[in-house]
Amino acid sequence: MSNSVNPADIHKTMLDQQKSDHRRRLILNLVLLALLVAAPMVMYPVFLMKILCFALFAVAFNLLLGFTGLLSFGHAAFLASGAYTTGYLLTTFSGLSTELGIIAGTLVATLLGLGFALVAIRRQGIYFAMITLALSQLVFFFFVQSSFTGGEDGLHGIPRGQFLGLIDLNDNLNMYYFVLAVFLAGYLFVQRIVGSPFGQVLKAIKQNEPRAISLGYNVNRYKIIAFVISAGLAGLAGSMKTVVFQLASLNDAHWHMSGEVILMTLLGGTGTLLGPVVGAAFVVNLEYQLSQGPLGDWVDAILGAIFVLTVLMFQSGIVGQVQKFMKKNIG
Amino acid sequence: MSMILGVPVAVLFGQLLLGLINGGFYALLSLGLAVIFGLLKIINFAHGALYMLGAMATVILFDTLGISYWAALFVAPILVGCVGVAIEYFLLRKIAGQDHIYSLLLTFGVALIIQGVLTNMYGVSGLRYSMPDVFKGGMNLGFMFLPYYRAWVIVIALLVCFGTWFMIEKTKLGAYLRAGTEDSQLMQGFGINVPLLVSLTFGFGVMLAAFAGALAAPIYSVTPVMGSHILIVVFAVVVIGGMGSISGAIITGILMGVVEGLTKTFYPPASSAVIFLVMVVVLLVRPSGLFGKEA
Amino acid sequence: MTMIKKLLTTAIATTLMAGAAQAEISNDMVKIGYLADMSGTYRDLAGPNGLIALEMAVADVGGQVNGKKIEIVSADDRNSPDVASSTARRWVENDNVDMIAGLVASSVSIAVSDILEESGKLGIVSGSAASSITNEHCTPNHIHYVYDTYPLANGTASAIVKEGGKTWFILAADYAFGHALEADVTKVVEANGGEVIGNIRHPFPTPDFSSFILQAQGSGADVVALANAGADTTNAITTAGEFGLTQSGQTLAALLLFLTDVHALGAEAAQGIQLTTGWYWDMNADARAWSDRFMEETGVRPTMVHAGIYSSTIQYLNAVKATGSDEAQAVRKQMIATPINDMFATNGRIREDGRMVHDMYLAQVKTPAESTNEWDLYNIVRTIPAEEAFRPLSESQCPLVTSK
Repeated sequence: MSNSVNPADIHKTMLDQQKSDHRRRLILNLVLLALLVAAPMVMYPVFLMKILCFALFAVAFNLLLGFTGLLSFGHAAFLASGAYTTGYLLTTFSGLSTELGIIAGTLVATLLGLGFALVAIRRQGIYFAMITLALSQLVFFFFVQSSFTGGEDGLHGIPRGQFLGLIDLNDNLNMYYFVLAVFLAGYLFVQRIVGSPFGQVLKAIKQNEPRAISLGYNVNRYKIIAFVISAGLAGLAGSMKTVVFQLASLNDAHWHMSGEVILMTLLGGTGTLLGPVVGAAFVVNLEYQLSQGPLGDWVDAILGAIFVLTVLMFQSGIVGQVQKFMKKNIG
Repeated sequence: MSMILGVPVAVLFGQLLLGLINGGFYALLSLGLAVIFGLLKIINFAHGALYMLGAMATVILFDTLGISYWAALFVAPILVGCVGVAIEYFLLRKIAGQDHIYSLLLTFGVALIIQGVLTNMYGVSGLRYSMPDVFKGGMNLGFMFLPYYRAWVIVIALLVCFGTWFMIEKTKLGAYLRAGTEDSQLMQGFGINVPLLVSLTFGFGVMLAAFAGALAAPIYSVTPVMGSHILIVVFAVVVIGGMGSISGAIITGILMGVVEGLTKTFYPPASSAVIFLVMVVVLLVRPSGLFGKEA
Repeated sequence: MTMIKKLLTTAIATTLMAGAAQAEISNDMVKIGYLADMSGTYRDLAGPNGLIALEMAVADVGGQVNGKKIEIVSADDRNSPDVASSTARRWVENDNVDMIAGLVASSVSIAVSDILEESGKLGIVSGSAASSITNEHCTPNHIHYVYDTYPLANGTASAIVKEGGKTWFILAADYAFGHALEADVTKVVEANGGEVIGNIRHPFPTPDFSSFILQAQGSGADVVALANAGADTTNAITTAGEFGLTQSGQTLAALLLFLTDVHALGAEAAQGIQLTTGWYWDMNADARAWSDRFMEETGVRPTMVHAGIYSSTIQYLNAVKATGSDEAQAVRKQMIATPINDMFATNGRIREDGRMVHDMYLAQVKTPAESTNEWDLYNIVRTIPAEEAFRPLSESQCPLVTSK
């Protein structure tokens, strides 16, 4: 009796396994959430908000690199277009409520993303990366030239305003929980996409594009949609950043920013949901620590070294490594 | 004086010539990128940094060892080429066969390191380098004053570009190179040391960048950041030409120099954006680039 | 119950009032934050050596004021207003920093001054060029030391027009700084009877200037003015030399040029260029003595920004000493009341709008024959009196001035 294997039993253990996996992830997520809610009690809220904004940016980017297999080297354009749109609207129309400014920024970035996608989607791999880079350079020049961006001075003194006309965002704690809520919404949205049938197709494209095509999927359409969503979320991150820091500047649009988000994602772990968040926290914190200390002049070289080491030694990133370790030792 | 679109013909000629000269730089740099990409399928994001290294080496060799401009034209590319071989041997080889994206990210990291270290050592204001005495002055062409050095740049750049094209497309060595990188197992069977071939090819592409750097030293301000801007432009040039096409990179490089020169005459503010604009248009019409094979 | 409440409230109010009235140094120390570009484009003109200048100033007052220790923190702003404002916010909100020094990129200075105003702390801008910092962006919480675009345009342009350079061609960087400088120069040239006959706005950055220099040559203007900065300026000057711009009888005027830029160019390439500077290391005995000390520490000669950082820090610490307080408004008031004459400034004073005005200098780069060593680069041609050099308060848009 015990020797005979009942298929139903196997199914049951698999289900149990899945259930316990699910439960473990739920517990992990709840612990993280609790930490994030409590964080401003011990850490400086503005710094935490910066991390959250970049984490959202990296999560958006990872939807492309990690789950669709597209390397965009032009995501700074979306971050900046969100930032400038929100900043411009909130300073020009003083009556505008903050959330409308943020929504407008997100929309502009989404539309720009559609434009990028339509041009870039014709090529794959490195070509795709180069095209997005060139397009983002065009956007950069546009921002340099335009008067509404304030040129190299940027936009300053952007009012944080009130959320829904009720909650005063000038208070750092209120602002923090607002940013946290938006970040979580963005994070859960991406999680939902990745888990959905749509996300399965994206993963299939990443693993084997010709096969996905032969299965009858309109691959380009899927890619474009993924790109547009990613651009929109990156714009949202930019809009939030503008409201938090009350400024928008050309740095957001510079191609170095596109490189930085790649570093965050890669370092944290591409293709994992939590990876970009960990990566963003790591990079933002590292830059802060370095810029304060005697190694301040070496930030670029150190970031470069981290890039090299990540590519050479652990391409699965911090979260990927931890997952591997857990699988090996805990099973 | 006759005019074209409000610009005197003489001025236009001058601008065309200058565009051609800048095109020489673009051609050298994009040729290096195209060699590395076309033969090795490596995207070398450190190309700009290595161009800068070529220029810095020229200046530093002169300052410390008194090595003359002429010697530096050879020594600097060889030294920087060795750096390139080291990058290939110690770093890129470790990720051979993986997605091309990783080579891009790896070389991006390398570029940041090179740039960061040199910034700390030499600052950002730039290093001083005087024009070799032979090139002082210039000739009056009637429509413009052409410094001798610029004339030299266009001649030597075209010679080096043509030589490289000839070597890769028309000689036995080039044939080995192309075959070795396309089907390495087969060539290994023929007793050819393919890994060495790969290292040398990468080193050669880097040498072209460093040579452009050495050429630039007397006329552009030599700073650790001089490569980061030109890199993006050169990438666009390579994409327009069709990635991997050797002749495409050369012709497009020169063409883009001219296009940029004309933009500088008619609408200066757009001159740094125009190449990207051309790139978008080309990609919409011919996704594989002007000279690329359909991928 | 109410009685207790009342008592409590009174007690708290009394304590608060006592705190405000009794001027003292908060947290028992004076904390200065040095925020500057340590690794990017503006590294050489301020950067790590600026921190050394600041440390020299602190050491020279004995490392303490009225028995309270002076502490220095520093950070790289990476030329990014985001990085700068988050660092500045953290410093003033969390780390008890009393004064922020350095401040180079204009975007950084403007972003930080917003935070200073919000938090009631003080900032001294030493590196920025934008004259808007004490004009439309002025706050009661910052001071702009050293220089700005107004005297740069004013000093150089009016001198050259008076020498007979009547027709001008302006080559301006195509962003706000270049536009502002171009507008300022145009105004000065026209006011002095000259004429601007052409201009080009070039992209930023531009590695190759040959095309623009050729157009400037073709214009036949007496003067070719460079309204750009850093590598753009040095590149343009090198190219002008190569194309024989000055040999063909045109004058080259660089509007913003630091000693480090001229040093990078060398006397050979830069000779004859006229420029306006706030200070030159070899201009008098005091300046020379201080630069010798600076050079011992750093190995290079100081720029006007380095000297300005030293001088302004001394001024600040003296004001803290005099008032016995590190409260921003008290210190600022004291600084405004104190005339400045030291190794950096002659006839210096800080105006209500936060602008520090002092004598500026028109300099000409020496020829290789005149220059005795690599840093021996300027001849001071003329002193521009403090009251003439800077934008007069009557033209100011600063609310601190106009509301009066």
